Amino acid sequence: MNSSELIALTPIIILSGTAIVVMLSIAIQRDFLLTSSIAAGGIFITLLALYSAWGKSPTQATLLMRIDAYASFYMMLLLAAGLAVLGFCYDYFKNREGENEELLLLLLTALLGGSVLVSSSHFASFFIGLEMLSISLFVLISYSLNQATSLEAAIKYLVLSGVSSAFLLLGIALIYAQCGELYFSSIGRYFTSHQEMNAMVLSGTILIITGLSFKLSLIPFHLWTPDVYEGAPAPITAFIATVSKGAVFVLLLRYFISTTSYTHTPLLTVLSVIAGLSILGGNMLALLQNNVKRLLAYSSIAHIGYLLVAFIAGSSVAPQLAVEAVTFYLVAYFITTIGAFGVVSILSTPKTEADDISCYRGLFWERPWLAAIFTLMLLSLAGIPLTAGFIGKFYIFTSAAEGRLWGLLLAIIIGSGLGLFYYLRIIVAMSMNVDTTEIKPIKLSQDWFSTATLTVLTMLLVWLGIYPNFLINVIQSISHGFVE
Amino acid sequence: MILLALIGVLVLGGFAAWFSERWSRLLPRWVAISTLVAEIPPLILQYMASGHTILPAGLPSAWFADVYGAWIPRFGIGFHLAMDGLSFLLVALTVLLGFMAISSSWTEIKQRQGFFFFNLLTCLAGTVGVFLAVDLFLFFFFWELMIIPMYFLISIWGHEQRTHAAIKFVIFTQVSSLLLLLGIVVLVLIHHNDSGDYSFDYFDLLNTICDPDVAFWLMLGFFIAFTVKLPAVPFHTWLPDAHTQAPTGGSVILAGVMLKTGAYGLLRFVIPLFPEAAHQFAPIAMTLGAISILYAAMMAYAQSDLKRLIAYTSISHMGFILLGIFSWNFIALQGSVITLLAHGISASALFMIAGALQERLHTREMSRMGGLWSSLPRLAALALFFAVASLGLPGLGNFIGEFLVLQGAFSVNGLLTSVAALVLILAPVYALNMIQKTFYGPSQQDSSLSDINRYESVSLALLVLIATWLGLSPQTVLNVSAPALKQAMHYAVGMER
Repeated sequence: MNSSELIALTPIIILSGTAIVVMLSIAIQRDFLLTSSIAAGGIFITLLALYSAWGKSPTQATLLMRIDAYASFYMMLLLAAGLAVLGFCYDYFKNREGENEELLLLLLTALLGGSVLVSSSHFASFFIGLEMLSISLFVLISYSLNQATSLEAAIKYLVLSGVSSAFLLLGIALIYAQCGELYFSSIGRYFTSHQEMNAMVLSGTILIITGLSFKLSLIPFHLWTPDVYEGAPAPITAFIATVSKGAVFVLLLRYFISTTSYTHTPLLTVLSVIAGLSILGGNMLALLQNNVKRLLAYSSIAHIGYLLVAFIAGSSVAPQLAVEAVTFYLVAYFITTIGAFGVVSILSTPKTEADDISCYRGLFWERPWLAAIFTLMLLSLAGIPLTAGFIGKFYIFTSAAEGRLWGLLLAIIIGSGLGLFYYLRIIVAMSMNVDTTEIKPIKLSQDWFSTATLTVLTMLLVWLGIYPNFLINVIQSISHGFVE
Repeated sequence: MILLALIGVLVLGGFAAWFSERWSRLLPRWVAISTLVAEIPPLILQYMASGHTILPAGLPSAWFADVYGAWIPRFGIGFHLAMDGLSFLLVALTVLLGFMAISSSWTEIKQRQGFFFFNLLTCLAGTVGVFLAVDLFLFFFFWELMIIPMYFLISIWGHEQRTHAAIKFVIFTQVSSLLLLLGIVVLVLIHHNDSGDYSFDYFDLLNTICDPDVAFWLMLGFFIAFTVKLPAVPFHTWLPDAHTQAPTGGSVILAGVMLKTGAYGLLRFVIPLFPEAAHQFAPIAMTLGAISILYAAMMAYAQSDLKRLIAYTSISHMGFILLGIFSWNFIALQGSVITLLAHGISASALFMIAGALQERLHTREMSRMGGLWSSLPRLAALALFFAVASLGLPGLGNFIGEFLVLQGAFSVNGLLTSVAALVLILAPVYALNMIQKTFYGPSQQDSSLSDINRYESVSLALLVLIATWLGLSPQTVLNVSAPALKQAMHYAVGMER
């Protein structure tokens, strides 16, 4: 490893260093605020390091990692999401009895896993990153130890993660058996030199897709999702919905483009079926929910389905457009999902999650700003203009129309119609008139960090919805650098 | 720049109205009124300046003004507004009915006035934006934007079934507008493949040459989105619910302005962008128009709820517009424009009267009314006036519109037009039936009702004047819209037979 490779890896090294410092500081002095500040500072320094390295030429740091604009951008996105979640976590856990400090350590290791995942160019780093992310999540999900639902959720996630890892490993093994390579680009070279259909490679890739679909909670691999979303503490749910899913999706896209797997047309059929099922199924199941967290869980299934449509379009349109569409949609999805769960987390405590739709009744008149923010987030999820979600949906439409995926477009249109219904249900509940005499559990403490984070997220949401040029330019530079 | 001000003033006024509630509960409505007053000077200025402004090269002289700014260059999306005679008339209608909506909400809305007027004004801003946008992306942006405030108007201040009606309204318009978005995107991609440039600009896309099959499907996507909003049978079922449940101000905006965006879309986009496909589709569209006219007129007769009855008469009148637009000859188009304006006025007035009745009687059921002439003489006289306006009495605006549409459409499809003309029998039946049930007959209420107040009288009297003026001197309006319609017909040469 030479010095330029080491420099390229600086952000990951800083992040690992922060995790160690946090661990040591917990050993010396237990203080939630101090530990949170160290963790936040570490993430912030990593972001600065990434920012200062922006625009440098792509570096292949050993065979395992490829630090290019694509990886740096997504690392920044994950870290920013981590920072936002940290803000919510602080307010959520600060009044809880017991040891909260390890939470931050786990958040950092999960972020580290995600960062490795988005920059990996080799099956080994891919698997290490994924496991690092998942193992941190098991503990994070069950962090409110006295809650039975949290424990149940964690065990569900543990078992299904194990199963999905097994699928993934078998898939990797099959591909390795055929190509003798674990490095993505070498696999790509093998695929291009062996054009004919190969059952081994095909089943290997399908197994990898299966394994990743568990993580992305695509139908029919979604069964864990609503329970885990419901059981996990609200800020952690935001983390699972964004960082974990986002990192896996980013990896999937990189794998497909650098190994030229798009040329295997049967895979596209499999993916199209999964996408269609996820969009329709996710939206339909969400219709029946009275629990906001479960509702958002099903809606996230549908959103990953929309993303997958842009992903599939990458086979027939210029890959740049697919990368652009996926990236913009992911950014919008991150902002919106963290914002929505952030509102849930502000209203919740570790003892009582504000997840029933009745908790939101009359919120418009009690806490107008919070309700307005939640409304904006929900409208963005529904893809209404003025919000980033609309531009994201426009991107998906454009890439899907360019790729002539008419069936999937129809699914998106039907899905959006259904989606609107359940998002509006929450908005209706918030705008209902309630008697002021009705007693409501009121949280007394002030949530400064959460409020600040939500404000930033809302401003980003509206800014990107009205004037998306800045982000589009950044994304274009990534996609052009990524796909030569 | 004036065009931008027309939208900006409404948006700013909306926010001002919302925040002014902090100082005084009654301030928002004054802020709202002053916002609309502030809309008038730019509108007049713009009209006076028509013909003198310097237009970008290549823009036909039918356009009054043009504002362009780059927005999302990646896809060739621009913030492009332009105004011609047609959009001028519709913006003027929007501002006029904005006043009516505010005056009818003056005493009706008691709770959360700030947020109410915020929604009302932003809804108007979205509508004005729809009438001015000539970039298809921007058009879609405004098209969606006007739905959300209307949703809040219905779902917060509506009547007993408001949640159901509001959600139905949003889902109908939203799903259909996704078809529109898909149509726009595919059209742009076709243009991109031909010319190598992304552009959402109306004037660039006009010359796109599509494969006839593709053009037909695209046209259908646009057509469905606009006829849901219009609405025409079979996409009309959201309308009776939404109109009935909305507060009076919301009904006025819905019936008076929002339905017009559908007609505007057909006239501005569907036919000029896809003339051949529209020509092929015209018989079906005209049949739908004729069915709407007759079916809705019969449904109107069958209603017992006053607002529902008026809602169905709206569908019936919108059928005339659909018939007129797809006849695509100059007379029928002029008739459609006059019907747009005249219906905007008569339907809004009827909704205001229904709202005034509901405020006094707390019911919309006509079986519980009756004999109101003695206790509410002024309101009854005005109701009679607008009922006969709505049935198309010569001398009033609606008559001119319907007459021109029928005359123009007859030369295109005589049979359909003759069938549609049967409504001239049905319309008096429902209109007079409504008056009979509500104002004549034995009195069912105690006579302690107070007749309409000053605000209501002034605003309704204004509408009476305009309806009469439209009926007696329609040429003034026809002269304004003529160049715009000629230009549209010039764009859509393939539509003429």
